[in-house]
Amino acid sequence: MSNRTLGPRPASMAEPRFHLGLFVERFALVGAWLLTIIVFSIVLPGVFLTWGNFSVLFATQAPGAVLALALIIPLTAGDYDLSVGATLTLSAVIIGVLNAVLQWPVALAIPVSLAAGLAMGLINAFFIVYVRIPSLVVTLGSASVAAGLVQWISNSSTISGISPALIGVIGHRFLGISLVFYYVLALACIIWIVFEYTGLGRSILFVGRSREVARLSGLNVDWIRAACLVVSSLLAALGGVAYAGLLGAADPFSGLNYLLPAFAAAYLGATAILPGRFNALGALIAVYFLATGITGLTMLGIPIWVTSVFNGGALIVAVTVSQFARGREETDIV
Amino acid sequence: MEAVSSLARFDSQPAVTALAVRDLAKTFGGARALKGISFDIGPGEVHGLLGQNGCGKSTFVKILCGFHAPDPGGQISLYGEAVPLPMAAGSFRDLKLAFVHQQLGLVPSLTVLENLRVSHVTGRRGLINWKAERIAASQALGRFGIDLDLNARLDSLSQTQRALLAIVRASQDLADSQSEGDKGGILVLDEPTPFLPREGVQRLFGLVRQLVGQGASVLFISHDIDEVREITDRATVLRDGEVTARIETAHASHDDFIEGIVGRRIVRVTRPAAARATASVKAAVRDIAEPGLTVPALDIQEGEILGLTGLIGSGYERLPYLLFGADRARTGTLTFGGQVKSLRSMTPRQAVADGMALLPADRPKASGIGSLPIVDNLLMLDMRRFQTRLGLRRRAMVEEAGKLSTQYEVRPNKPSQKLSALSGGNAQKVLLAKWLLKRPGLLLLDEPTQGVDVGARQQLFRIVRQAATDGAAVICASSDFEQLAQLCDRVLIFARGAVAAELIGDEITKDHIAERCYVESDSRPQARIDG
Repeated sequence: MSNRTLGPRPASMAEPRFHLGLFVERFALVGAWLLTIIVFSIVLPGVFLTWGNFSVLFATQAPGAVLALALIIPLTAGDYDLSVGATLTLSAVIIGVLNAVLQWPVALAIPVSLAAGLAMGLINAFFIVYVRIPSLVVTLGSASVAAGLVQWISNSSTISGISPALIGVIGHRFLGISLVFYYVLALACIIWIVFEYTGLGRSILFVGRSREVARLSGLNVDWIRAACLVVSSLLAALGGVAYAGLLGAADPFSGLNYLLPAFAAAYLGATAILPGRFNALGALIAVYFLATGITGLTMLGIPIWVTSVFNGGALIVAVTVSQFARGREETDIV
Repeated sequence: MEAVSSLARFDSQPAVTALAVRDLAKTFGGARALKGISFDIGPGEVHGLLGQNGCGKSTFVKILCGFHAPDPGGQISLYGEAVPLPMAAGSFRDLKLAFVHQQLGLVPSLTVLENLRVSHVTGRRGLINWKAERIAASQALGRFGIDLDLNARLDSLSQTQRALLAIVRASQDLADSQSEGDKGGILVLDEPTPFLPREGVQRLFGLVRQLVGQGASVLFISHDIDEVREITDRATVLRDGEVTARIETAHASHDDFIEGIVGRRIVRVTRPAAARATASVKAAVRDIAEPGLTVPALDIQEGEILGLTGLIGSGYERLPYLLFGADRARTGTLTFGGQVKSLRSMTPRQAVADGMALLPADRPKASGIGSLPIVDNLLMLDMRRFQTRLGLRRRAMVEEAGKLSTQYEVRPNKPSQKLSALSGGNAQKVLLAKWLLKRPGLLLLDEPTQGVDVGARQQLFRIVRQAATDGAAVICASSDFEQLAQLCDRVLIFARGAVAAELIGDEITKDHIAERCYVESDSRPQARIDG
């Protein structure tokens, strides 16, 4: 339980009167994103702020956005899932092997890769919820296992030649942006609605905030935790499908690079829109804020290692700022 | 008798008092928890400190360990030297004082060795010499004839072994804080025995006698009159923040102690159970036989508020959790709502579905989610009512929460605020309302007014009474006798894990409950009341 002397702080429902501090806290991340765009537009006149640049950015970050959205589900229920990056890669490589190598139709390859995601989720849930091993340990292990399987089935090399049908469904442009971006928007809206406007979403939040209270209130804590883990793996597998369609190939390694930015975005997003809670819109904004910064830095010709520094640094700085705004009380999220 | 021989030894000691307390007072807000108490402990003496809950015992201990600052004017001296008050937290280490609290302060997942040497190991600079630590630890245990595997994890030890370990550690800390040849030190044992089996208590007493033999003094704080009579030389009894009795143990009877604790001479009478209106039995408990708690048969009637109480360690507080399936029971059945349910297979989920409600004592951990808004805590069980095909009607939820907050007198009435922003009493109203929304047939309460201010207590009582009037059967486990007297129609007093007495109607007064608790915990058979 956090600080008892806490002042009034409406969480999900805005009180009728306008609250400046809260408004600033909720939209600081959006402001930071706009500021980043403005700064790079000035530094890189005519190159950075173009429709082409941003439509590419919106599309290429889609798999990372799916991962961030997948992550906030078990995080809200109080469990980590470090295996989403590996599950994404596994799913993409399964599509590559089945479709490009074995010449299966995409319509058959996709269910198989989703089934692999489902299996990952069930395995994680079994060890975390039934055997009662900390989620950090289980998903760290299962991530490594999945990464190994990926190298085995892909022979550690990129598989190209994925069916144009999939590429069309993912990469076809609508209003200049690949369809995958709209899928991500839809997913974020669904997760937002489930979390904010359904009893199920509230139950997940209760389980994450206090397992004991949830249990004594008659919630089926174990099932809820397990379901959240399974859904996050399934979404990660969907992210893999998007990744394969976007690239037209299955890369056995670079998908893993989405994991840290996705975690960063989940935590960064929890400082915005609904401060103190993992939330879909915040996570989505955070993904694109981080990606915008990195794109700009890359266009300035800054070496690749700066990417990692930027991702990690932005996370710590943003969370620190929000902590000071809250008077350094204990955070509600872990 | 042991008490007599140690008293003789005490008389032969030079008359420098180990601990002298003079006019020590403590006021919280307007309430005087301690109204100026004075007493002495001699060197080599085992001194008992007794009293009911709220008598000021724990306030005194907290002053002694530097947690509370006493009101100006009081004095504490150790071995003739006045202690500067308020004491800095933790400064007792330098003052020849050591504490063993009821929770013992041991880390369950670490080894005996690590637990025993923790203050040594963490305090030192440079590398730890584990070999030397090991030798020191086995010497310390050996000196008291305690045989323990130094590598054993603490959670593999019995309660008795843990208690002994905690005391050995405290005595070592005492020895460490002293210069050569200086053999005093005061060990404060704060309720170390309630969860120990009989033979465990004997071993603990053996250890206390050894310590006293080496020159230490012991302040033994307990509810248990028999134990105090067995181990102490003298005792001080507190009631309502004042010293009500100073007792030379050897010359005092069990009833002398009770008189000091309860405030009047007890009269041993047996009253016939008053004929009760035979309302319908709402819930019936049968055949619970758990380790430390036996309830062969217990019926609760519709509209009845049944209190459960006893001294610490008597086991009464476990019953609500067993009935609700919150703690796993191996035996017993509950007949409720026309069905006989085995408690073995009871789960909270099942209990909620059957129309039971449990308000646990541990508000921050088990009862409310402080980091979530009041509206979510309040309507947690009732969200289905606000679910439409288009999702939860959040605005309607907030409005409903506002109405309920008014009805249950929650102040301030701001449903969007976090639960942790409310005072204890108001948070408790929210959590009670959460359960009452489901109109439970069986309402289980554990310490419902713990940490609740006086005004809110009365409001909570009204709410509980209303629930009973509406037809619920209420079970209220509480160590607060005044609360039981105000709230309950019937009170069961537990001793040693079983119902020992039943009070009905006019018999239920604060003093009467206290008296029965102490009488029933008396192990002498002749003190038992027939019937």
